[in-house]
Amino acid sequence: MSKEWPLWEVFIRGTHGMSHRHVGSLHAADAEHAIRNARDVYTRRNEGVSIWVVETSQIAASSPSEKGPLYDPARDKAYRHPTFFHIPEEVGKM
Amino acid sequence: MNHLLEFLLRQGDNALVLGQRMSEWCGHGPALEEDIALANTALDLIGQTQLWLGYAAEVEGAGRDANDLAFMRDAYDFRNLLMLEVPNADFGRTLMRQFLFDAFQVPWLQALTDSADPRVAEIAAKSVKEAMYHLDRSTSTVIALGDGTAESNGFMQRALDYLWPYAAEVFAEDATDFAMAEVGVAPLPSSLRGQWKKTLQATLQEAHLTMPEGEFAHKGGRIGVRHTEHLGHLLATMQVLPRSYPDASW
Repeated sequence: MSKEWPLWEVFIRGTHGMSHRHVGSLHAADAEHAIRNARDVYTRRNEGVSIWVVETSQIAASSPSEKGPLYDPARDKAYRHPTFFHIPEEVGKM
Repeated sequence: MNHLLEFLLRQGDNALVLGQRMSEWCGHGPALEEDIALANTALDLIGQTQLWLGYAAEVEGAGRDANDLAFMRDAYDFRNLLMLEVPNADFGRTLMRQFLFDAFQVPWLQALTDSADPRVAEIAAKSVKEAMYHLDRSTSTVIALGDGTAESNGFMQRALDYLWPYAAEVFAEDATDFAMAEVGVAPLPSSLRGQWKKTLQATLQEAHLTMPEGEFAHKGGRIGVRHTEHLGHLLATMQVLPRSYPDASW
């Protein structure tokens, strides 16, 4: 067994943020320890009101080598953006 | 004797001396995350020191400020608990001491938020949130290491055995304690002893550590009669800059 603590990814929701944002990673022995460490490492300057942590090994990620098939087909489909629609004035600012 | 001044020096010197000890870990922590956490704790304590000693200087009324009290007094003027000045030794002993202190400090500061002295109540209200986090962290570390490997358990048990004769100094009351209780500034420390012991029992049991027997406690730190030989060394390091260059400023 490795003596190194496992790696955790840290997500913080700020005072005015609507969602948790990835802020970085750290090492910790377990989830509670990871939250305490995240508090000390990533919220020292009053950044957050909520912390999520997830063990890095639990994250499934897309592979960079599949970039082409995954993302290129969306490039020339500008009509998928909602910019072609006329917004009625009564709606106001969106 | 000005009992309020004496009381405030005890509050401030506890935070200052423990804060200085914790700051010695900066750059030496066993892991980056622990290093930052230890430095945060040290900074919390130094922040609390500014408030307590700032008020102490006002009460003293001798034209000194918090910096003068921190940097221009000698070992025999200090009123901190002896446990807080003994060397860190290792991470285990540092966190065990932090736990023994926090376990008293949290209910103590909670009680001080009801102080008859509004300044004391304000400082306590600000400090108690920090102390609660310190207790949370030191408790979980004591449990994690006590309930860890045979080696880490051995470190924690030796730390506890070493610190035990110092742990109860705060309950050795004197005229200042009685005077503060009389006017409602602070409760008697002994009124919190039961709660303190309960916190210790619960945590030490979960950590598979044995609470040493005996009620003996070294005395002299908080009443300023005698300190250990370690305080002078700590102050020499802490005070050398402002004493060598009294006019230095940021």
